[in-house]
Order: sequence, then C-alpha cells, then structure tokens
Amino acid sequence: MTTQIKHHLTDALLMGYAAGTLPEGFSLVVATHVSLCDDCRARLAEYEALGGEVMMDAGEAELTDGSLEATLALIAGMPAAAPVRKAARTAGIFPAPLRDYVGGDKDAVRWRRVGGGVRQMVLKTDGASTVRLLHIPAGVAVPDHGHSGTELTLVLQGAFRDETARFGVGDIEVANDDLEHTPVAEPGEDCICLAATDAPLRFNGLLPRIAQRFVGI
Amino acid sequence: MNGTRIGAGMNEEAVSKRAEWVAEIAAIRDHADQAAFAAVFRHFAPRVKAFLMKSGASPDMAEECTQDVMATLWRKAGLFDPAKASVSTWIFTIARNRQIDMIRKQRRPEPEELDWGPEPEPDQDDAIALQQETEQLGAALQALPEKQRILIERAYFGDLSHSEIAEETGLPLGTIKSRIRLALERLRHQMR
Ligand SMILES: [Zn+2]
Repeated sequence: MTTQIKHHLTDALLMGYAAGTLPEGFSLVVATHVSLCDDCRARLAEYEALGGEVMMDAGEAELTDGSLEATLALIAGMPAAAPVRKAARTAGIFPAPLRDYVGGDKDAVRWRRVGGGVRQMVLKTDGASTVRLLHIPAGVAVPDHGHSGTELTLVLQGAFRDETARFGVGDIEVANDDLEHTPVAEPGEDCICLAATDAPLRFNGLLPRIAQRFVGI
Repeated sequence: MNGTRIGAGMNEEAVSKRAEWVAEIAAIRDHADQAAFAAVFRHFAPRVKAFLMKSGASPDMAEECTQDVMATLWRKAGLFDPAKASVSTWIFTIARNRQIDMIRKQRRPEPEELDWGPEPEPDQDDAIALQQETEQLGAALQALPEKQRILIERAYFGDLSHSEIAEETGLPLGTIKSRIRLALERLRHQMR
C-alpha cells in the first residue's frame, strides 16, 4: 500500500507533531497518515530524534530535594504488570488512532447528511481545530470552498481529484488559505476522507453558506 | 551491515556514553536495577525538567511531570528498542507525551504500532549505528548558526505554531536530516 502513496505530510506538520504542538485534530490526521505510510513514519522518527537532541541541549534545571526518592516511591506504587504493545490492525480501513475516535471502523460511523449526497461525522476534539469524516458519493463534488486556515484531507477509501492533483488511499492534501478548490470523488467508488481545519471553512455561494450555519461544516 | 562506521569528527566518548545509557535501560528492564536508574535519573531528569520549563511549565509542574516521566521510563523499559531510537529520543517522546497529558490536559493520537514480526532481539550493529547517528545529529544541531538553532528550539518548545514553522524558510532541516537519513532508511527496510 505504501508504494502507492504520492502525497505526503509536510516537514512542518511532521515537526509540529514530533514536538507535540499541533492542534489535536491535526495530530489525528498525522497519526492516521503515519499509520499508513512508512516514509512518513521514518521522517517522523528523524524529527523525534531532533527533539531529543533539543531536549539534551536545553540545559539542566535544579531538581527539588529528594526528587529521586520521590520518583522511586512513585515507581513502588505503580502496578507491576508490564505495558504491552497494542496489536496491529487486522481488518478494516481505519488505522487504530482513527478507530479510537470513531469507536470502531467504517461500520461504526454515525453519518449525518450535509446536502448534495455528502455525509459527515464530526469527531470530538479540543476546540483549536475541527476534524471530521466525509463520505462523498462516487462522481460527486464537495461544495466549492476556500480556507481561512490550513485544511488537511486524508483519503481512506476511493479517490478524489481537484484542480491540483489526484488523491488516492493514503494520500494527504495540505491546502492553505490561498487554495480555492472543488474536490470531486472519482467515479466507481464512494470516497471517504478524514479532514481537519484550524479555522472554519467558508463556502462560496449563498446556499452553501446558509447550509453551513445549520450543519456546522 | 557495518555497525562500526564512525563519521568524520565523531566524538567517541559521547558515543560510548550513549551506549552506556542503553545498557542502563537494559539493567532497569532485566534486573530492576536501582543504581542504573539513579544514574539515568541524574543525567536526564534535570534536562527533562529544563525542557518542560522552557516549554512553559511552572517549576512545580515541571518537577511533578519530570518525576512522572522518569517513573514511566522505569515501567516502560521493556518496550525500549535501541535499534529504533536512542535513549535521548525515547525519553524525549515520553516527556512530550506526559507533558501533553499532565500539563496541557490534551489527548495525543498515536500512530498504529507496526507488526514487527518475529524479531526477538534488536540487532546489535543497528543499535550501535543508531546511537552514532543520533550523536552526529546532536553535534550537527550544536554546530548550526545560532539563529537557526534557536528557531528549531523554539519549534520544539512550542513557541512556533505549525503555520509559523511552515513559513520559516530559515529552518535548515535538510542538512540535519541527512545525518540520520541512512540509519533510518536501514530501519525502514527492516520494518517492511
Ligand atoms: Zn507519507
């Protein structure tokens, strides 16, 4: 699967995720893409190594008296059972981090209609970003919209095209506020995407704008 | 695979120090060795605390979180794999995750674990090579012009937002990345 991925995470997203400073919705999209992409997994390891070296250069703060003893007491009070690695996914199209937010795979999604045959489920995260699953019927366009921030769109099933390129399973589109685009799901298979924004979308045209007020996209 | 390749200007003392830390984590894992833990604690805990304070935590909060990080290190020693991360990298990821949980009180989505298959013991040569590459990365970071180094530090301390990192063309990421690219590509081939 990995060799088919053509559109990857940016350095800025990987660095922000390694640093732990991204909004939660962006972190979910990054973690989901990394689950599908060995290239970005290796790049993330580089940024984590860099974070480790930044920490090693950050100087030394004085610890409180008895800090080591207090930590040993903490350890003594911890459960003895060793942590185990989570098993890898065996079936389904949602990687583990996304499944944790949905409460299951594709079948567990509680879709709501947003017009034009498009359905969505908004996932619960902190307020600094919005992340949702989108279900776009084959051949259908998502309403024309621009962005007042950054929008990440990760394909989980099917494919879409917009003015810039084709995005298939595992591909991520990173759109900044200068991009006005109309993603269209390819014919043949319905497209399911995970999309995150750090600012509300603004739809072009009166009807979508009214709809936006009611459905919250 | 040649695990003894030493890069130009490699500080052999620093590399052997890193190998000692790996051995100390193994002693914690295998023998619940308190002396090894005390040695790791003395070296890393003040640095974890300084990192947390530079990331905005109060001294009290940073102390509490540092103790939690070091206790987590003890509990998770069995999950540490020196062929996939150096001790400094591993402790950084623990500190980052505990900071998000305890200080920012946010949730951290993590990538799915890979199915590593039957690979009981980490490859010794890979472990040594990775410690060397990480030492080179640290040296490369310190050798950067101060302005560039500070930009990178600010990104990790949370002083730069994602869009600010994206706009900041002065980040010399390419040069730094190339230092550990080879080691990580080797890792990636093993992961497949
Ligand atoms: Zn990728």
